[in-house]
Amino acid sequence: MSASSAFNDEKGGSSSVGEPEYGHDPASGGIFSSDYKRHDDLKEMLDSNKDSLKLEAMKRIVAMIARGKNASDLFPAVVKNVACKNIEVKKLVYVYLVRYAEEQQDLALLSISTFQRGLKDPNQLIRASALRVLSSIRVTIIVPIMMLAIKEAASDMSPYVRKTAAHAIPKLYSLDPEQKDQLIEVIEKLLADKTTLVAGSVVMAFEEVCPERIDLIHKNYRKLCNLLIDVEEWGQVVIINMLTRYARTQFLNPNINESLLEEGGSGDKTFYGSDEDEDEDEEEKEKKAEVAAMAKRKPYVMDPDHRLLLRNTKPLLQSRNAAVVMAVAQLYFHLAPKAEVGVIAKALVRLLRSHSEVQYVVLQNVATMSIKRRGMFEPYLKSFYIRSTDPTQIKVLKLEVLTNLANETNISTILREFQTYIKSMDKDFVAATIQAIGRCATNISEVRDTCLNGLVQLLSNRDELVVAESVVVIKKLLQMQPEKHSDIIKHMAKLTDNIQVPMARASILWLIGEYCEHVPKIAPDVLRKMAKSFTNEEDIVKLQIINLAAKLYLTNSKQTKLLTQYVLNLAKYDQNYDIRDRARFIRQLIVPTEKSGALSKYAKKLFLALKPAPVLESPFKDRDHFQLGSLSHLLNAKAGGYQELPDWPEAAPDPSVRNVEVPEWTKCSSREKRKEKKVEKPFYTDSEGESGPTESADSESDSATGSESSSGSEESGSGSESEESKEASESEEEEEEEEEEEKKKKKKDLKKPVQESESEQSSEEEERKHQRKSKPRKSESESESDEDEESESESSQSESEDSESEAEVKKKKKLAESKPPPKPVKKESKKEKKEMSLLDLDDFEPAPSPQVTPVNTFLSNSLVTDLEGLSLSDSVLSPATIAPSSTLKSYELLHRITGEGLSVEYCFSRQPFSPDANMVAVQMQFTNNASSDTKNLHIEDVKLQSGMRVKEFPEIELLPAGETATAVMGIDFCDSTQAANFQLCTHTRKFFVSIQPPVGELMRPVFLTENEFKKEQGQLMGMNEITEKLTLDVKCRNEHTIVQRVTTAANLSRVPCGSDKECSPPLPPPDHPVHRFAGRTVTSGSLVLVTVATKEEGAAQLTVNCEKMVIGTMLVKDILQALTQ
Amino acid sequence: MNQSQGFFKDIQISCLVVGWLLSNTASIILSFRVWGGQSMTDSAPSWFFYSAEMIHSLFLINHLGDIFLEKHWKSVISRSVCDYFFEAREKAVDPENVPPVLQTPHHYLISIYRGKLFFLSVIQTEVPPLFVIEFLHRVADTFQDYFGECSESVITDNLVIVYELLEEMLDNGFPLATESNVLKEMIRPPNILRSVVNTLTGGSNVGETLPQGQLSNIPWRRAGVKYANNEAYFDVTEEIDAIVDKSGTTVSAEIQGVIEACVKLSGMPDLTMSFMNPRLLDDVSFHPCVRFRRWESERVLSFIPPDGNFTLMTYHISSQNLVAIPVYVKQSINFFEAGSCGRLDITIGPKQTMGKTVEDLKVTIHMPKAVLNANLTATQGNYTYDCTTKMLVWDIGKLNPQKLPNLRGSLSMQTGVPNPEENPSLNIDLKIQQLAISGLKVSRLDMYGEKYKPFKGVKYVTKAGKFQVRT
Repeated sequence: MSASSAFNDEKGGSSSVGEPEYGHDPASGGIFSSDYKRHDDLKEMLDSNKDSLKLEAMKRIVAMIARGKNASDLFPAVVKNVACKNIEVKKLVYVYLVRYAEEQQDLALLSISTFQRGLKDPNQLIRASALRVLSSIRVTIIVPIMMLAIKEAASDMSPYVRKTAAHAIPKLYSLDPEQKDQLIEVIEKLLADKTTLVAGSVVMAFEEVCPERIDLIHKNYRKLCNLLIDVEEWGQVVIINMLTRYARTQFLNPNINESLLEEGGSGDKTFYGSDEDEDEDEEEKEKKAEVAAMAKRKPYVMDPDHRLLLRNTKPLLQSRNAAVVMAVAQLYFHLAPKAEVGVIAKALVRLLRSHSEVQYVVLQNVATMSIKRRGMFEPYLKSFYIRSTDPTQIKVLKLEVLTNLANETNISTILREFQTYIKSMDKDFVAATIQAIGRCATNISEVRDTCLNGLVQLLSNRDELVVAESVVVIKKLLQMQPEKHSDIIKHMAKLTDNIQVPMARASILWLIGEYCEHVPKIAPDVLRKMAKSFTNEEDIVKLQIINLAAKLYLTNSKQTKLLTQYVLNLAKYDQNYDIRDRARFIRQLIVPTEKSGALSKYAKKLFLALKPAPVLESPFKDRDHFQLGSLSHLLNAKAGGYQELPDWPEAAPDPSVRNVEVPEWTKCSSREKRKEKKVEKPFYTDSEGESGPTESADSESDSATGSESSSGSEESGSGSESEESKEASESEEEEEEEEEEEKKKKKKDLKKPVQESESEQSSEEEERKHQRKSKPRKSESESESDEDEESESESSQSESEDSESEAEVKKKKKLAESKPPPKPVKKESKKEKKEMSLLDLDDFEPAPSPQVTPVNTFLSNSLVTDLEGLSLSDSVLSPATIAPSSTLKSYELLHRITGEGLSVEYCFSRQPFSPDANMVAVQMQFTNNASSDTKNLHIEDVKLQSGMRVKEFPEIELLPAGETATAVMGIDFCDSTQAANFQLCTHTRKFFVSIQPPVGELMRPVFLTENEFKKEQGQLMGMNEITEKLTLDVKCRNEHTIVQRVTTAANLSRVPCGSDKECSPPLPPPDHPVHRFAGRTVTSGSLVLVTVATKEEGAAQLTVNCEKMVIGTMLVKDILQALTQ
Repeated sequence: MNQSQGFFKDIQISCLVVGWLLSNTASIILSFRVWGGQSMTDSAPSWFFYSAEMIHSLFLINHLGDIFLEKHWKSVISRSVCDYFFEAREKAVDPENVPPVLQTPHHYLISIYRGKLFFLSVIQTEVPPLFVIEFLHRVADTFQDYFGECSESVITDNLVIVYELLEEMLDNGFPLATESNVLKEMIRPPNILRSVVNTLTGGSNVGETLPQGQLSNIPWRRAGVKYANNEAYFDVTEEIDAIVDKSGTTVSAEIQGVIEACVKLSGMPDLTMSFMNPRLLDDVSFHPCVRFRRWESERVLSFIPPDGNFTLMTYHISSQNLVAIPVYVKQSINFFEAGSCGRLDITIGPKQTMGKTVEDLKVTIHMPKAVLNANLTATQGNYTYDCTTKMLVWDIGKLNPQKLPNLRGSLSMQTGVPNPEENPSLNIDLKIQQLAISGLKVSRLDMYGEKYKPFKGVKYVTKAGKFQVRT
């Protein structure tokens, strides 16, 4: 497109007026008329049936827009294509529409129905995109439609759509501020949203629409703090800035006790010496004393919420986004106790390596901070050293920081640096350096003379600018102690012959005039010279000549009377009225005439009054009353829309407003609840470790922690949570489920608030809560109770293959195990059940007794034991050596509430899966708790990691109400612990579920002799071997329990020990036996060898040899867990 | 690639040794392949953001002061607003010295200078300036990522894609697509083959599928990534920023390290990278994918990587630590009043190179204005002197410790002009392959979650960053 020639800069801006005229004016030149014609053919192309032509036309139109050309006359032709099937055409039409809708409101309305249709689309992305474009069309007439759309989208199931709704709020607000109240309602609703996707966007909307409604934040404060790390980086900036303001209104000043130990400022002040300053100082001290006294009365304790904010923002200093780092830095600067602010320095210094624009902004902020908190940046002094390649504006800022950081100890190094800077070729920078030296000299009395001498030396510099700047700075320095430095004044007086820079000349003249008593001989001579050159001087110099003349006249009228009159006469006819005025004024004042009034008596006092020395201050002083990092701070002026950073309150407002009531907890969906739980954790334990929020994106280590989770219900809660939240955000359906679940829970909660609140304390309740939450995994305690059930039923059903003795062992164990806790829970829950069928307590109740129990035949295990029996001598074969495999954990696949009455549990049956040996058999038990029948139970939409396979179970056609059915499916996990995700479908509903195997289920037992075992082990040394020392639990020191626990944790078989005669090393003493287990991974058949060597005092060593190191690592963890718990 | 082949064996062995030593926590240690591929710094991942009407309009301006692209996210702002900017640009002489933030009667202008282009954004209300600056740089990064470079010609050639990108990045100041991976699902980067096919078939650059990526909570990674060859390469690049004074003492020295990654792995791999000496790293910043808590507690980098190229981590080793300076410089530059000439004599030798060869050695001197020409002889490499920019560049190449490179000769000066009293400082460029000057070493890289065995490689390079010798 020959746009560059056709393009006209002046008309570009107001193109809407300019361009249509081209059409009416064919005479306006060839280019324009061809343009006009081109528009015609664009129209033709847009009207054609071919998408490719339309696309080409749209591309050209968008290119026109991009270049700032007007394409508004094409509006009708373009808007017709809004419903075009081709996505790219559609997108470009949107681009066009958003750009020109404002100008062609009536025509734009034609497109609205398309978007309204889009808002109802089942696909969340289409809904979001429709809302986005609709809200971007700035046409006032559709405000009600937008309002409606936003409201609907705010309660959409998809967090992505809700996010888009949050984005649309400020758009609507800017279009029609009248809608504010309604929009605040929507914001309030969205603020309660618990997803990270929405959090950043809604806070942005909040800041835009109602930043003053700080009360809306209370309830969401803790949640926002805890979500922060997972919010995308741009949202983080906005949230942090908002929370800074919030914290300033809600918490007490953490430095209230420390304000006596003022850093920075106070040191500088003592040098100024003027009375006023001292007064101020005293006042300040009084104030401080007062404050300190107050503080003593009320010892400061930091609000835990304040601490929460500081703790949760700190990791973000590591963000790669400079804006986030800056946001955290300003938060710490404004909110943290002084002792803690230091942490931000390092991160800010790191940013100095970024783009020069970033440097510029960061340095501005560092400059402000370094005045208040000098100590913070002192260790990084060298990072602010200047390179000749830095842009001047950066150099000047670095200089500013260096000056602020200068103190008695480092001033010598800084001055040495300054010395090299003075030689720079960049004269602006040199001038700034001289200024900086001057400031160092005023602030640090020790070096004042050195600096002054250095500056005087600069007076002989060849570069006039340098000299001039030095003069100006010297003038300021001399004002502090003029009597000491009359020789310098003399030296400077000589300079008047050479130096031409007006400012410098003026400074010298002022100096001589001011201190003419110190140089009584030279001063009149200087005036003489000046009188000679008066007419050629610059205005500021002329003014100073008049001043000098006046002062000399007053002190030394004998010598200078005539000169003064001469000068005043010259000035009288000067071109500049300022100078004429000044001359007239001075003449009246100093030359006594009969007309002159009372003032002339005071002339001397007026002119030769003692003038306070100028204070060389940093331009960044007191800039910190603007929130750091803000535009206003950078410009040192309030920018539009700037929210003042409030002062700390005198007394802290009620902190309980941030409390989220207990019912609130249970109201929220399961995922959210877990978030909350995570929230609470840091309060109790600081060593949160891995299960932190960063973990949420995790799947692998998750499963690792998950399998460890049995140690504490809380931990497993957070482990499964992260996984869950991932699923949730991926599927709207699940979202829906959760919402329903939520509703149900609400009902429940209403009925049982007392019990809920109790739940906080009682550990049983804790468990229960946890179970309600965790879908795929159950807490250990629960699964134990499940085991009881199973083993009971199992023993009754155990297949003939099982030897009698084995069954007996199991029974014994069962008896031992089944006594403890679950009893009271059961009772309670039964009561509840009578009242309400869907009470969550139900979960803990065992499945109805007539259930068909899983066919827990431990075929493989028993086969192995049989084989063992074959190879072993009878004496070795004690009951304990048989793998006690009764403990099969069952996991929940679908909770009965989520599943609307259908509950599904699964366990790894440890049988070979007959259709495919490479698959792990998963036995599922379906229970229909609903009042109606469930039909056509089957699997759909299997989502797997690459390489994984699933063999579905045959469809269950009918599951009558209250009945239970089992089915077995096979999954090839590819020897990884990745979850298999699929949908479980009934005739009415689909449920997203996932099965994640513990690593111990990814293997099947193999039989090895001890010798074979050792041989294989020898080949799996080095990297394939993992050894871990452990101390066995007291209960777990006998052979039986060790074997039982290992085989429970992993599907392995015991390697008979001592049976092999060839076995070369002597057998270990009987009280320190070595237990060996062997298996192969299901998919690849890699050997898994486990050795548990026991030693004295319960010490033991666990060795796992496996070619698959990941499996090995995870297995070690699991077995370790099993053995030490 | 070829250069680094020689180091292949060393690395492999050392890695295996490491593996054996640390084998009590199992991992997949494969033969490390030295990665000598192209540097990836020029295609950093793009980022998109969420801003509440942060940016009203964007103008792209070339070095001549022509506005060649404008984009408005809200109502149109006349381009005459740029006049304030042009004024400041005139005043600043150097484009680098244009203040990034300007105040005009009704707007604020925040600009960045990248690749000889100004990205000028128009702001109307209070907004953290860094926020906008970071955004503009991300925009530039995205262009670079998409088109290989960020220049006027490339932007005007791809005007429509650029516009589509800008549209996706900010919607009325609000973003929709947030990640390079997501964005590429929606708007495919141009390549020659596709543009040929597109012209023939009338196809488009817009992806047909809806991007699911932005719905996931690991938005940086595409779902369903598949590669025939699974490989993960990491470039550890360290730059030495140093100021050395006349006498050869180090005034300040810092190391800026960055780990760039090129990860092409199928599925959802979960990587863990651990270091021999993680205690070196006390000031770091991470890609959002890195799990911060694990770093805090175990000092390992644990992450699900984005697909393709990205910057995993940057770190900063500050001047408080001792930093090895690889070369020393002996120099004398003198200007004589008589005969208006000057003498220059520079010798460079190795100092602390850890037994490695210093390559790509280059000295750049910005001469004072009075220097008209240089008549020098170099014992190694070539020198050029540009009379207009006053830049003397001495390209040395490899540093031979046996025969130290030297550049000496006379400088001819403008007559009648007083001699420059200051000497120009020397800026040194250098490169040392297979060495991270801080001593940082990756000890292992483990992959969980996927069953295939990837190729893995780590390459170390040390470069001179802002390395300046004062004279």
